[in-house]
Amino acid sequence: MAKILVVDDSASMRQMVEFTLKEAGHDVTVAEDGQVALNVAKGKASDLVITDVNMPNMDGITLIRELRALPAYKFTPILTLTTESATEKKMEGKDAGATGWIVKPFNPEKLLATVNKVLG
Amino acid sequence: MAIDIGQFVQTFFEESFEGLDIMEAGLLALSPGATVDLEQINTIFRAAHSIKGGSGTFGFREVAEFTHVMETLLDRMREGRMPVTRDAVNTLLESVDCLREMLVAAREKSPVDANRVEEVRERLSELLDAKEAPPGDTGGKPASAAKSPSAQVAGWRIRFRPYPQLMHSGNDPVRMFRELADLGELTARADLGRLPRLAELQPEDCYLAWELELRGAVSRDAVAEAFAWVEGDCELEIEPLAGDAPAPAATAVKAPETAAVPPPADPKPGGPREEGQQGELMLERRKGEDRRRGDRRASVAAADSGSSIRVGIDKVDAVINLVGELVTTQSMLSALGEDFDMSRLDKLHEALDQLDRNTRDLQEHVMRIRMLPVSSVFSRFPRMVHDIGGKLGKQIELRINGEQTELDKTVIEKIGDPLVHLIRNSLDHGLEPPDERIRAGKPETGVITLDAYHKSGSIFIEVGDDGRGLNREALLRKGLDNGLLRAGEEYSDEQIYDLIFHPGLSTAKQISDVSGRGVGMDVVRRNIQDVGGSIQIASRPGKGTRITISLPLTLAILDGQLVSIGQDCYIIPLLSIIESVQIRAGEVNRIPGRGEILRFRGQPLPILRLYEMFGAEGAVTDLEKGLLVVVEADGRQVGLFVDDLQGQQQVSIKSLEKNFRRVAGVAGATILGDGRVGLILDISGLIRTNNAAI
Repeated sequence: MAKILVVDDSASMRQMVEFTLKEAGHDVTVAEDGQVALNVAKGKASDLVITDVNMPNMDGITLIRELRALPAYKFTPILTLTTESATEKKMEGKDAGATGWIVKPFNPEKLLATVNKVLG
Repeated sequence: MAIDIGQFVQTFFEESFEGLDIMEAGLLALSPGATVDLEQINTIFRAAHSIKGGSGTFGFREVAEFTHVMETLLDRMREGRMPVTRDAVNTLLESVDCLREMLVAAREKSPVDANRVEEVRERLSELLDAKEAPPGDTGGKPASAAKSPSAQVAGWRIRFRPYPQLMHSGNDPVRMFRELADLGELTARADLGRLPRLAELQPEDCYLAWELELRGAVSRDAVAEAFAWVEGDCELEIEPLAGDAPAPAATAVKAPETAAVPPPADPKPGGPREEGQQGELMLERRKGEDRRRGDRRASVAAADSGSSIRVGIDKVDAVINLVGELVTTQSMLSALGEDFDMSRLDKLHEALDQLDRNTRDLQEHVMRIRMLPVSSVFSRFPRMVHDIGGKLGKQIELRINGEQTELDKTVIEKIGDPLVHLIRNSLDHGLEPPDERIRAGKPETGVITLDAYHKSGSIFIEVGDDGRGLNREALLRKGLDNGLLRAGEEYSDEQIYDLIFHPGLSTAKQISDVSGRGVGMDVVRRNIQDVGGSIQIASRPGKGTRITISLPLTLAILDGQLVSIGQDCYIIPLLSIIESVQIRAGEVNRIPGRGEILRFRGQPLPILRLYEMFGAEGAVTDLEKGLLVVVEADGRQVGLFVDDLQGQQQVSIKSLEKNFRRVAGVAGATILGDGRVGLILDISGLIRTNNAAI
């Protein structure tokens, strides 16, 4: 069981990811934008962060930069949720310190496969 | 693990429709040509992006593809690579409509108008092609470079030399090796050559390099995928294992390519694995369909009762609070009841008072849950004004105030169409074309105002314009022609303006396709009256017209006056009562063809004997022994003859139509304190039937 922080402004996406990960036995915290996620992250460590890129208030790229500046999140795997068209977005995420990405659209199986890839 | 993602689809639809509203409002707020408000476009972009991501995930491929084109267009606008033109905005608005239809079709599982979708999509593509030809990233993905002959390789030799900062992105070589080990038989040899002395070692850096051998029928892409996330963070060489590799020549040809990191833009690394997963996905989907078929009846039922409202958590908390108080009161009462004696009568009264207060508070707060801000109706008007204004060649500004004013959900649903009609009228007939406005010394841009506010227990909605105003002369003439007015009599402005609510009366010079031929205003008035409201009109020549609609806060509860007729009890809505009078002998005249008329404050007042209408037995029939309740509706008064007045109280309205059938003159029924059923009178219905009878 891992502690996973899921950040997405879309409620359906958030629910789907949350549900899938919980079914797999993980401890999931959700946040609807980068700012909320950052506040959560400051209060507790996570084993994995999954974040959308395009969000109001604070986007995913900024969130990743802010998270990497927190000692507890220096090496935490961070995956971005991106659409396949956004190749440069993947790279932007990487440059900000993301570990990798999950390409949208994805199904629960693919999500879990990718998550298992980064969980120790 | 099988997870049915169908359960999130409802949320997806809800947020997508919200997203469409956001896009629409955002697009309408964009002013073509002017400096682009970046945040505005960003907001629109984000909404499109979310719809695209969700629709792909939840299996609505067509929606995803369509949104992708919109998103690309918006992205270019956002980056300033494409100007925000009126044409582009209009096409995007149309795409929003189109997308809404597609989503509705997806939700209802009904077919979508493919031609229209295709047409709009083509227009979007045209915009894209026209504005930016050179860096076309549409088809320009680097052709997934030369598929390797994955067929017969014995395995791969991988030289992996991470840069020191590799782990700073949260990546870990150990995890990658584990992934490789899942693909085949893996042996790893670490190269410690770069390892510095302990004193110089930075614990967070990576100094090791590896040479890996992966044996097994593994595709090159699968190997590359394990390293996809660290492309920029390492040196990587992947080459087929020598030895039992099929043709050495082929290996030699491949050699230069393997020196480089795999092409970065290949969107989906890992062919075979991917296929396997898609196979699973399809299976999954088929299972889902079976399940859905089984649930069809349930889902139809769900769709029927499916209308839902969003309620602020504060409203729910308030109700929960009150229920808490109610429970306290209840326990107080049952404690009192356990061994009650007269000495505790005061306490009982106190508790009952408290119960009364609790119930009323609870009622009020529960009603509040049904209240929605009128913005849910108003939100469609900016778009409508934009579209119709464009069609008519008029410049129009729409000013909306008080959109947070709350109204009962049922009322909200019923006032949409009347408001559309009123605004269309203002757009078409009220506001002048620009040249006419300039001649009249007015600003070129016409203004339509839409106000909602709360005053003394009612909600008011006003639709105003600064146009030419109603043509009093034309209305007067029409009224005389149609015999609605009598020549030679003086009429007030109000009486004349009121004529526009008369069926079949239009003064529009020509019929346009925007607003029709004068049918409609009567329907508007009837719709408003159906929800217990009323409508008034004020107009000044050359200055504009203002139409005021007043609406009850709620439909489910009404303040009623209980009256008795024979054995039965009826309820008259308190708001329609002017006063109650006793009739003295000689004040009533029987006029042939018009029934009984009371001379009341100088005006003739028709008398309606309710007991006759409802066939009540044992009622007072002598006019002098009963009471006359004077009521008003639609600007007309009538006297209702009843036996006696009883108390006033709030009653909750139960639909008679739903439980029995529609009865003329009766608005509904309620259950009285003593358990009897009382009928609630529909005053304007009574007046109408009375007029028809005469």
